[in-house]
Amino acid sequence: MLNVKEMLEELKASPYEEIEVVTPHTGVIEFVGLKPGDRVAGPGGKWNEKPGTLLANLTREKNKKPICATQKGLVTDIAAGLEGTFVEAGVRLLTIRHFLSKDEVIARILKKALYLFCAPERAKYYFVPEIDAKIKAGGEQSVKPREGMEMFIVSRMKRETPLAYSGPEGIVYAVYFQQGDNVDGGQPLIGVCQESQLTLIQDVVNRVQGEWEEQD
Amino acid sequence: MDIDKRTQQLAARLAYISDIFGPRENASVALLKHRLGEFLASASGYGMRELHLQVDRLEELFSLLEGKLEGELSPMDRVRIVRHPQRICLKDILENVYDNYAEIGGQDEWSIDPGMIIARATIARRMGKRTVQQPVMIIGQEKGHGQEFRNGGSIKPWGNANALYYMRVAEAENIPIHTYVFTPGAFPVEDYPGAAQQIAKNLYVMAGLKVPIVAVFSEGGSGGAEAIALADKRLMLSHGYYSVISPEGAAAIEGGLKEKASPELIERCAERLCITAGDNLRLGFIDRVIKEPALGARPDNYEFFRQLRREIVRATDEVVHAVQGLGPLRALAMRRARETADPLDIFVRWSLSASARNALVSQRHKKYRAMSLGALNDNSTMGTRLYTGLVRCLWQVNSLLRHDMLAKYKRRLSGILEQMEAELRALDQGLGGPFGLFRHVGGNRMGIPPEALKLLTSLSCPEEGACRTEDSWVYVSPKSRADRTVTCPNTATHGCLDLWAPDLFGEFAGVCSHCGHHFPMEFQWYLYNVFDFAQAYEFNTELESCNPLHYEGFDLKLAEAKRATGLGSSCITFETRIEGLAAVVAILVSPFRGGTVGAAEGEKLIRAIERARIKRMPFLLYSHGTAGIRIQEGTCGVIQMPRVTMAVRRYIDAGGLYLVLYDTNSYAGPVASFLGCSPYQFAVRSSNIGFAGPGVIRETTGVEVPPKYHRAFSALSRGHIQGIWDRRDLKKNLHQALLTMGGSNLYYR
Repeated sequence: MLNVKEMLEELKASPYEEIEVVTPHTGVIEFVGLKPGDRVAGPGGKWNEKPGTLLANLTREKNKKPICATQKGLVTDIAAGLEGTFVEAGVRLLTIRHFLSKDEVIARILKKALYLFCAPERAKYYFVPEIDAKIKAGGEQSVKPREGMEMFIVSRMKRETPLAYSGPEGIVYAVYFQQGDNVDGGQPLIGVCQESQLTLIQDVVNRVQGEWEEQD
Repeated sequence: MDIDKRTQQLAARLAYISDIFGPRENASVALLKHRLGEFLASASGYGMRELHLQVDRLEELFSLLEGKLEGELSPMDRVRIVRHPQRICLKDILENVYDNYAEIGGQDEWSIDPGMIIARATIARRMGKRTVQQPVMIIGQEKGHGQEFRNGGSIKPWGNANALYYMRVAEAENIPIHTYVFTPGAFPVEDYPGAAQQIAKNLYVMAGLKVPIVAVFSEGGSGGAEAIALADKRLMLSHGYYSVISPEGAAAIEGGLKEKASPELIERCAERLCITAGDNLRLGFIDRVIKEPALGARPDNYEFFRQLRREIVRATDEVVHAVQGLGPLRALAMRRARETADPLDIFVRWSLSASARNALVSQRHKKYRAMSLGALNDNSTMGTRLYTGLVRCLWQVNSLLRHDMLAKYKRRLSGILEQMEAELRALDQGLGGPFGLFRHVGGNRMGIPPEALKLLTSLSCPEEGACRTEDSWVYVSPKSRADRTVTCPNTATHGCLDLWAPDLFGEFAGVCSHCGHHFPMEFQWYLYNVFDFAQAYEFNTELESCNPLHYEGFDLKLAEAKRATGLGSSCITFETRIEGLAAVVAILVSPFRGGTVGAAEGEKLIRAIERARIKRMPFLLYSHGTAGIRIQEGTCGVIQMPRVTMAVRRYIDAGGLYLVLYDTNSYAGPVASFLGCSPYQFAVRSSNIGFAGPGVIRETTGVEVPPKYHRAFSALSRGHIQGIWDRRDLKKNLHQALLTMGGSNLYYR
């Protein structure tokens, strides 16, 4: 059984993710004057079209390439000794300490605690009438999906087909789609958890919402 | 009370004056402020008589100083007048100049583009005791005294499309069009039909519109203005401006795009660009200036509206008179009464006869052909000019004989022969019996010789393996001499490996071998590898760009560009053969001032198009990259949009085949006119096509555009271009296009 509390404690003890920046290929490394403790930004802009902060330049065959930060965070540990040297591919250059936001923490916990059932294709999804009635009457948690149970109607281009649930047994923790809206393929439709863990998960999520302090 | 009202009016006049002069110190403005303040402070102590006296005096002072300030207006002050919410706008003109009007292109905010007003209006004229209502189509941008939904008269592509539709309606109804230009510039979004594409369409249609068009300029912002201003008579309000770019835009480019330009720089740019009515009249881009009252016309200047009415009627009369003879007495009266009398006294019917409609279009061509000729350096000697003139005449005669006279009979004859042959074949194939005798006369299938049949039915060179013949390019890019690798910009998404420069820029012709991204190549690469420049005949090299407006510092930049590229302008024109097919080709060269188009480039293009028309050759325009109209040439540059489009229209109407090929980045004016109006436009992969760059779109509209907004593929899905070609296949594709779109004789009508 999953120990959610332990997981939360673990996250609290180290509320960040360490991202190691490694060289994509061989070349001569040239740092741009970053020091441990400096803040760097991840890709920005509406379409993530602006690259993150420049971390170093890697030159191979007179072709200078920038290496940019992929997440925002603090620079912790720079392999300054590599400055000006020729390095192999996969050599660590520096580490970015990326502090987790509330959403990221909750997503991590749910990812471990829930089973996500995803949409197989882009279409409009509906619950079958019985389940829809159940949810309306008793809430999401009153539905207990099991392998092979017909749960959804996939509606696309005036063609409606049933979709059966496949995955572990449990109860529906959350519904991630609006009935009648288009859902892209691969997006989660429902999250399923074991019945015994329901209260625990709810509790943890509430606690994260209330207590988690976002750094930076 | 009367006095209160009058003081309020004075205060409003003062507020207007200080708006116009901005933060600048001015003695007259200070004096007015002081006097009005003084009067207001002590007004309570005056008796009624004294009050009247004081207000009379103040009003006199205001009128006097307004007249004085009028003389001190700088070009930027005029820009502020034009943009002021109290400036007259199209609705005021409709109300006060025309006798009756009905909006037909939508009403207020219930319109596809509320910035564009389209209306049917009438002007009443007297003929003895009878009143004749003369209908006109009114098209123009509406600033709406600051009404938010009008978008400041900045027209979206669909607004221009709407205008175009009603121009065609006017043509069908044979009524004149009056256009009023009140726009700071077009709204630069690429949503269908696309800003540039639509302006190009408008220009193309207006170039051949067979009804009189009279345009009145108040605020003429570059491409947005041109979309409705290709007119037979172009009038301008004395306080208006007509410019290639807003002074702010010019200042931003001058001062480097990053920081905001200072007010002084903006003032200076406004002066250098020669944007006022006087400047444009001097340069010949407008026909007449309509005098406005001091400090610009406002909605309550009724005398001004009366004058505008007279001017617009006179202009329309003149256009009609020029192509359709009036009675001798009226013609005489019109000549005599040019300046003084009311044009409404002489009756002119505005609907044109069929022959006059054709004459009108050719008049329009002549008018625009003659513009901006002084804005370029023509270094050719008298001898060469005479020689080219003579050769031109000979070619004209030759074409007339060969294509217009002989070809007609040849076509008729070959048509008859074709018919007969088809009949015989039907006889041969479909009918049995005694006619079956004709069968197998030729010996083999359809009478095709065996070697040709083999060519058609077997693989090309099956023994020699893959037969790539384009391995070696005639011109090899100097970039391929560097011993280094190059990273493809698509590496992050496509996982392209680094490419070795000698491979990439040599054998691969600048194409990423993994994802097909096209790196930019030099224009010489295309000249020699696609257009066979070594065998070509280049003409009009004597036409060179110059600095017609004496724009400060531009002479140096131009000299530097000429030195660096070895060219006289950003346009190269030549005659060449593409896989054996003769064609006239023009290239816009990106390294020369960003491939911008000025008077010299426009003239070279027009001459090339005329050459193609006279010699009956297809015309091919390759845009190696163009940043737009050259702003330092001001309106001399902008006027190339209608000028070259007219030449194109004339060429296509005469039956020519006009192909456009885009590469790297092609933006703004040229795309919105002579490039965008071609029925056959193609792009090299990885090129960008658009009206304004992403930075300009963000600045003017506040809309962020996605990173690949201007890619050729968006233009293709919008229907702007007809295909996207690989650089390595250009020559083959061009040849194919000439064959399929040009037909057997490459001159398809």
